[in-house]
Amino acid sequence: MKVGELASVLGLEVLTGSVNLDREIRSGYTSDLLSDAIANIEEGSVWITIQRHINILGVAKLKDVAAILIPNNLQLEQEVIDKARAESITILRGSLSAFELSGLLYNALKRG
Amino acid sequence: MVFFFQKWYRLTGRIPHNRKDMAVDTFQYTPKINLEFAIGEKDFFMAGESASRVKKTLQQLGMKQEIIKRISIIIYEAAMNVAIHGSQGMLRVFITPEEIMIETEDTGGGIPDVDLAMKEGYSTATHEIREMGFGAGMGLPNIKQCSDELKIDTKVGVGTLLQATVYFTDNKGKTSR
Repeated sequence: MKVGELASVLGLEVLTGSVNLDREIRSGYTSDLLSDAIANIEEGSVWITIQRHINILGVAKLKDVAAILIPNNLQLEQEVIDKARAESITILRGSLSAFELSGLLYNALKRG
Repeated sequence: MVFFFQKWYRLTGRIPHNRKDMAVDTFQYTPKINLEFAIGEKDFFMAGESASRVKKTLQQLGMKQEIIKRISIIIYEAAMNVAIHGSQGMLRVFITPEEIMIETEDTGGGIPDVDLAMKEGYSTATHEIREMGFGAGMGLPNIKQCSDELKIDTKVGVGTLLQATVYFTDNKGKTSR
């Protein structure tokens, strides 16, 4: 499943415009601890996190994530969104909790 | 292996010393790639960026994904430690055909009890740092797990020198290229 498809299927907001929407999603990971994320995110994953400071972009880039998914409709600073766009990192946002989004993502990837 | 040395040669213009059979006499046998990054206090982005850049270099050298993953974790965690605790410092990466050595040197507060700092979950990070998702007490344990060799030279009030080595060859390390 591609990032753009996931966004439309789950009704997610795309904060970074058309950046990387064709990227294939291989897996998912939910964590707010950056050390844990760095050690365990698989390449091509959607990373669900409530962290919204600029350092999540460093993690996303290093782990080559398909997209960052922010739950609970949390707000992001424009600086982070601009930087993400410059670095070709997609940021999605959903109104549901990390728990619910993880479940929906899991099922969506399982269906293929 | 040959493929690696071809890429190596393309990138460095140098021939590994143990592969002189591949070389023409006029080449210099100094098979090294050295990378250096200055990391300022709370400069988290640079810390992440440095790991990304080294990762890219290793990918260009055609190294195995698994070993790149280990090295990326070491660099990210070591550089983050400098940004969080180190006041300011340097990250240096020395790559030879046999091994990679990752070194951070900082002028921070030093580590009073290294054994304790090595314990998973132990952290001296501030509340603000923890709120950002750092300070989980996983940094040094992650580095140790990913390294073949780890040396920490630290003095309270002076700073810390960390040297982590990953070997590319079977006879010395855990994994091969």
